[in-house]
Amino acid sequence: MDLSYEVKDSYAEITAAGRLNMVSAPKLRDMVAEVVAKGTSRIVVNLEQTAFMDSSGLGALIGCLKAARQAGGDLRIASVQPQVQMVLGLTSMDKVLTSYPSAAEAFGDD
Amino acid sequence: MRPFWVRLVVVLTVLTGINYVTWRWVASLNWDAWWIAVPLVIAETYSLIDVMLFGMTVWRLKERTPPSPESADATVDVFVTTYNEPLDMVMATALAAQRIRHPHSTWILDDGDRQELRDLAAAHGLGYVTRGAAWSGMPRHAKAGNLNNALMMTSGEFLLILDADQIPEPDILDKTLGYFNNRRVALVQTPQYFSNVPDSDPLGSQAPLFYGPIQQGKDGWNAAFFCGSNAVLRREALMQLGLVGYVKETEKSVRRALSASQAAIRKARKAASNESPLLLQTLDEVEAATLEARRQLDAGESLSEITYRARRRVDRAVQSLVLADVTALQADLEEIAAMSPVQVGEAGVPVVTEDAVHRMAARDWSPLGAIESVQAVLDALSVERTDEAQPVMPLATISVTEDMATAMRLHSLGWQSVYHHEILAYGLAPEDIGTMLTQRLRWAQGTMQVFLRENPLVQRGLKMGQRLMYFATMWTYLSGFAAVVYFAAPIVYLLLGILPVTSLSADFFLRFIPFMVVNQLLFAIAGKGIPTWRGQQYSLALFPTWIKACTTAARNVWLGRPLGFAVTPKDRQSGGPRWSLIRPQIIVSVLLVIASVVGIGRLAAGMSEPIGTLVNVLWVVFDLVVMSILVRAVLYRGYQADEPDDETSSITEPSNERAARGPEL
Repeated sequence: MDLSYEVKDSYAEITAAGRLNMVSAPKLRDMVAEVVAKGTSRIVVNLEQTAFMDSSGLGALIGCLKAARQAGGDLRIASVQPQVQMVLGLTSMDKVLTSYPSAAEAFGDD
Repeated sequence: MRPFWVRLVVVLTVLTGINYVTWRWVASLNWDAWWIAVPLVIAETYSLIDVMLFGMTVWRLKERTPPSPESADATVDVFVTTYNEPLDMVMATALAAQRIRHPHSTWILDDGDRQELRDLAAAHGLGYVTRGAAWSGMPRHAKAGNLNNALMMTSGEFLLILDADQIPEPDILDKTLGYFNNRRVALVQTPQYFSNVPDSDPLGSQAPLFYGPIQQGKDGWNAAFFCGSNAVLRREALMQLGLVGYVKETEKSVRRALSASQAAIRKARKAASNESPLLLQTLDEVEAATLEARRQLDAGESLSEITYRARRRVDRAVQSLVLADVTALQADLEEIAAMSPVQVGEAGVPVVTEDAVHRMAARDWSPLGAIESVQAVLDALSVERTDEAQPVMPLATISVTEDMATAMRLHSLGWQSVYHHEILAYGLAPEDIGTMLTQRLRWAQGTMQVFLRENPLVQRGLKMGQRLMYFATMWTYLSGFAAVVYFAAPIVYLLLGILPVTSLSADFFLRFIPFMVVNQLLFAIAGKGIPTWRGQQYSLALFPTWIKACTTAARNVWLGRPLGFAVTPKDRQSGGPRWSLIRPQIIVSVLLVIASVVGIGRLAAGMSEPIGTLVNVLWVVFDLVVMSILVRAVLYRGYQADEPDDETSSITEPSNERAARGPEL
């Protein structure tokens, strides 16, 4: 999985491309920790190119949400693909992690 | 009467042949010129073995009497196989098939999936079968796949298989079904005969020796071959073949998966060493499951149970992996809720249900999928044969000549075959040398694939005679290498004066000539006057094709390379004669001519022996006469019937799927 981030005006956008699974999940956690450490706690994870997520990937997303909240910010997800949406729905995590149509809209309201 | 004379000449051939070749090895090798002497004596030994195998074949030449009448309620499916042949050719065959007298259903097996053909079939009340969705993205296995697909969609007790150009006689089933009254008979093959071939047969299309003494001889050893078309098969036997093959393939792939698992798990463990101990634990569990499965496999337990248990055990381990993820996630959620309850959903912290855990542990979503090597092993631990369109493949798919491989497997399961020596279908042969060469190459490649993948000499269940009958056909395809030596030897002598034999004395002629004479006599008597010269010419003249077949088949089987050529050209090549197709033969012929001129010059200059020169020049003349057929083949403009008729020319295109045999004539 290819991970990269970009700090924007009011938030940081992390782009995750590939499969968010047991192997790549720790890398996502590391990246979020790095972004938070640099002072940005409002984070959007852009999942447009994430075709697959397993339970470890889901765990990582929730772990990252926790890290962002603890830093006083929030973590949101954008452009969710079908399989990932299925996992979120099945586990009711869609109630915790709201998905937005695009990264730009994720923090559009505040 | 005939068997006695045939056998007598076989005995004489073997005796004179062994006498000659033994003398060649023991007393006449010119070791000073070992580089040509040894290849030549090996080539001669090859030819002796070849003729001995032929002798063994015709030793049991079987002339069958008509069988007892067939049972009237035997159900039959007639399959007309096609890929891209012209529609009117396919329909002509299909409609002739429909007119076969014995009650039957006629099916067009269209691998080209052509709507017009589907419509034509419907309009004439013919069945139409093409591949379904299950085949997309799976290996198609050409004609074998086409037939296997149709076998699953039809139900007749017997199957008559016809290539798209093989127009059957109405009584083809009446003449053949009776043989199946013997419950052990699985196959009745009839000859393949071509109606668009002139008497001179410039392309060597007819195979009178093969569809004659050779098949009759093989029949005597209960080893008559299946040749892909014009044959009736017993469905029960094919299905048994499919099931046995399925079990064998599955066990092989499960074994392969189990032996690959050790390495895969070791690798995964190394990569995961600094990650969660739970993953390591899961890997331990997977390893234990595979080791147990291996033990059970060696103990002969049933495959389905072994793989089911192994998968269950792995699934449980994966579930605990998922459960651990979910538990951690749930703990994270509690912490988040403690920070700011409002923001975590109205009804409190959502709980991941047991169903969700199960779903996320299933094969397609499993976290173990992240470790591809381990997942590959787990996928292979299945009995569903996920790499094929259908698990049961009755017709062998190990070779591009599925017919020979299938017949050999039938024989090794104890089934019997019959060769019925009467032309009951009329087909169309290639009409240009390019198509003919491609077709011969394909048969040769297919035969060598079978030889290398399922060597008949070591197949369980075959009788010794059957092993040798299959081996004999494969052996003939090695003739290309011998041919090169036979061309080289006279060139070497005429150019350099080097003789591979110590002397061309009476010793040589007294041994060689009797062998040659009885050898030709054997072909004449066994062939009972049928024309075999054309076949002899082609078995020598097509040496580049046979060599290419051997090398490409070996690369294919051992190195997994593609066979390296596509489909038989669809249309007769237009334009001028294509001399480039026989370039190696032209080069060899030119060399032979040059060598003769030089040789005669050397003789005139007193630099060589008259007898040696004479023998070698005669040898060259023989080689040139043999290869002269290629000139006629290249110039051949296609079949002209007595009354040329443009209407028929459109359907006299050759079929791609036909089968007959190569150097065996």
